[in-house]
Amino acid sequence: MSATAALPESQIGRVWTRFRRHRLALAGAAVVALLLASALFAPVFAPQDPTLLDTALRFRAPFADWAHPLGTDELGRDTLSRLLHGGRVSLTVGLVAMVTTVATGALIGITAGFLGGWIDTLLMRFVDTMLCFPQVFLLLVVAAFVPPTLLSISLVIGLTSWMEVSRIVRAEILHLKEQDFVAAARALGASRARIMFRELLPNAAAPILVAATLKVASAVLMESYISYLGYGVQPPLASWGNMLTNAQGYFDTVPWLAILPGAAITLTVMGFNFLGDGLRDALDPRLRMDP
Amino acid sequence: MAEALLKVAGLEVHFPLRSPFLQRRIGTVRAVDGVDLEVARGETLAIVGESGCGKTTTGKAILRLIDPTGGSIRFGGQEIAQHGTAALAPFRRRMQIVFQDPYASLNPRMTVGSILAAPFEIHRIGQARDRAERVAGLLRTVGLPPEAARRYPHEFSGGQRQRIGIARALALEPELIIGDEPVSALDVSIQAQIINLMKRLQAERGLAYIMISHNLAVVSHVADRVAVMYLGRVVETAPREQLFFNAQHPYTQALLSAVPEPVPGRRRSRQVLQGDVPSPARPPKGCHFHPRCPIAQARCAEEAPASRIIAPGHAVACHMVTP
Amino acid sequence: MIGFVGWRLLQAVPLLIGVSLIGFGLMHLAPGGPLAVYTLNPTIQVQDIERIKVIFGLDQPIHVQYVKWATGMVSGHWGYTFFGGRPVLEVILERLPATLLLMGSALSVAIILGLSIGVLGAVKRYSVFDVLATTGALFALSFPTFWFGLMAIFVFAIELRWLPSGGMWELGEEGSILSLIRHLVLPTMVLALVITATWSRYSRSAFLEVMQQDFMRTARAKGEPPAARLLRHALPNAAKPLIALLGVELPFLFSGALVTETIFGWPGMGRLFVDALNMKEYPVLMGLMMFTGIFVVVGNLLADIAIAAIDPRVRLR
Repeated sequence: MSATAALPESQIGRVWTRFRRHRLALAGAAVVALLLASALFAPVFAPQDPTLLDTALRFRAPFADWAHPLGTDELGRDTLSRLLHGGRVSLTVGLVAMVTTVATGALIGITAGFLGGWIDTLLMRFVDTMLCFPQVFLLLVVAAFVPPTLLSISLVIGLTSWMEVSRIVRAEILHLKEQDFVAAARALGASRARIMFRELLPNAAAPILVAATLKVASAVLMESYISYLGYGVQPPLASWGNMLTNAQGYFDTVPWLAILPGAAITLTVMGFNFLGDGLRDALDPRLRMDP
Repeated sequence: MAEALLKVAGLEVHFPLRSPFLQRRIGTVRAVDGVDLEVARGETLAIVGESGCGKTTTGKAILRLIDPTGGSIRFGGQEIAQHGTAALAPFRRRMQIVFQDPYASLNPRMTVGSILAAPFEIHRIGQARDRAERVAGLLRTVGLPPEAARRYPHEFSGGQRQRIGIARALALEPELIIGDEPVSALDVSIQAQIINLMKRLQAERGLAYIMISHNLAVVSHVADRVAVMYLGRVVETAPREQLFFNAQHPYTQALLSAVPEPVPGRRRSRQVLQGDVPSPARPPKGCHFHPRCPIAQARCAEEAPASRIIAPGHAVACHMVTP
Repeated sequence: MIGFVGWRLLQAVPLLIGVSLIGFGLMHLAPGGPLAVYTLNPTIQVQDIERIKVIFGLDQPIHVQYVKWATGMVSGHWGYTFFGGRPVLEVILERLPATLLLMGSALSVAIILGLSIGVLGAVKRYSVFDVLATTGALFALSFPTFWFGLMAIFVFAIELRWLPSGGMWELGEEGSILSLIRHLVLPTMVLALVITATWSRYSRSAFLEVMQQDFMRTARAKGEPPAARLLRHALPNAAKPLIALLGVELPFLFSGALVTETIFGWPGMGRLFVDALNMKEYPVLMGLMMFTGIFVVVGNLLADIAIAAIDPRVRLR
């Protein structure tokens, strides 16, 4: 899924120049890089095992104790360690869900857009239908049916949020398929599959990349919703969503337990949203929306 | 004499016009409406006409990029108008196309190398290693350095891109190349280079060309024979000299009189056509040209003229022309 | 116009069929299928289940079942709750007013605020206000609704003690308008945040586009004052994409309402959904899915008709 690899060098230069002007996008990129690094090295950075219980050390306040920089929770588990490991879980779900979303959406979008006719009508009516259901409803119903594992949660999120991507890809393909390079490929006798995936798909890389970035943000958000409601990541595995659920019970006395994971979710979602917004402006001036 | 390389008879491409809501068929666009053409091996046939006359659609229908709704296309003695994808595959190697816009006809996300290797991959010709050599050979043939293979289309000028387009068309060693206005998007100084390249390739490889163009100056340089199209039909076909110096159809005459005379002082009377080209969704009855024709008679509005041979290789579809 | 409405109604039919197919499919996907409540009950024997299957027609081919089920839906027979055996539709409709009240108040706040911010941003493009507003909108869109809700409860209900933290009425004050309004403030604020952000972004770009049109320049050349230009010429033209947005955003509004209602214990459909989920009340879940799906189809239909009423060109499209 490397769009930049398909971009010639001078184009990368132009895109980078446009992207750099976007301060918030740069900040978003930095936050995303930091989050990915902290998730990747969570075992290294975490002061202790996130599941280690120490009932003697319950509800430590942040910054009070160097052994627990961000304090401890109701079971005496180290909050920083849980945040780092929870981030790992949340980001994994976010990324796997994004891949599912993009793969499904791109496949349906390119099929509908390229083949047209009744296949297009059928697929797009299916998209319209799926969009009639509130995503959280759909997500929760399906999540309640399947046993919650990291993979199943990611897949469920991915399979309930691909519709937008398929519309974006379809629109792009409809525009691209009229171009002469597609006619040239047909004149050479290229198969439909070759035209769809070798000729057309790489040309839709820019909007797909933008959508992918924004989809990580929404997938992290969705994971936190369903984990918060108890249908997502199950304890003792920490995720930001289920940390919030636990914290809600002690909300009036130890608010930081809720503030911290919430802030982590917000930061992640913002990071990916800003990054996606900046990428959109840099890669695809046509889709531009903000100053 | 053996059968011509390409023989098109009664070719029709009709597009349905549909209503916006219920997609009912409310009319027909007769983009190509009964076209007869012949191309011999090694010769160049030019199709000329104003934009919208159906010349590009004719070219694309011959290549089966657009499905014809009627008529016959015989290539190398075989009927291909009704062939499906699989049956067409061997013919794809024998007919190729060069497009008008060298910016849209090369995939911007592929290197020139992969664009030129595509024909070999699709037809499973050679191994990956010697494909690179074949690509280098193609580039040399069209006058580009082999290093061009590593670069992307946007790094080249329009003329260079058109060379790449020609290289792609040559890759499968076709017998016929259809040039859809291959030079009209280029600077005048570059046009001559590309035309000379194409003529050289024709001489070296015995290629046949169909040159689709609205530019009679270009046509006079490349064509052996010329077919003039008006509103989906061929109105006159003749060898080049015959057409330029002895045009019979009133439309051809009007078209020629609009070309600036290359020899100053030798003026022809300029005929200016009245009115606009009618829509191919509602072509006039009888001869399509009659509402604008300076010599039209009552019969022209009723009866479509058949094409008649008036001299060797010279056919005209006009009631008013007598052999 | 009548032709357009008829055409649009006709288009809604496949959508409704699609909604029903997905709803029906989900019901059969549920563990234990439509009979989950019986299979989970240890006092019921296997042969009883077989008997119930025949009674419910579950031994029949799937398309026959679908037709029976769909006919039931159309005639208002949405099944009965597992616990208490009440008609599902009745349970849902009971919760509808609370949800509509919350969604309505949040939407009104969001539209008024978002539209003002967006129009002001468009008029004073690239001003400090515009930059702050667009950046702020991007921030607001990244806020997880439930966390924002918890923070709002923490600040306004726990620390400041200005407002109640949940529910619809104080005990013993049921029906009091004043109490209702006090309880409505926080959930409205939370639900309105994201919608306001969306609306300010869309109305900004809609107005920017309209203001670049020729008729706006003509109005200016005629010497109409800025406020009149905005109201008489820009607003009707910018209204179309915004009405369309209203329809498109309906599912998001429901999603947001679900989360908001859960946090604030607001007794609406979203809360019902989460309760039904926790109690494995599949008939209620399916009913809610169908209800929201139909609601959204109808909402979009109305939005399209409203657009056609404003703009005669749409009817001819």
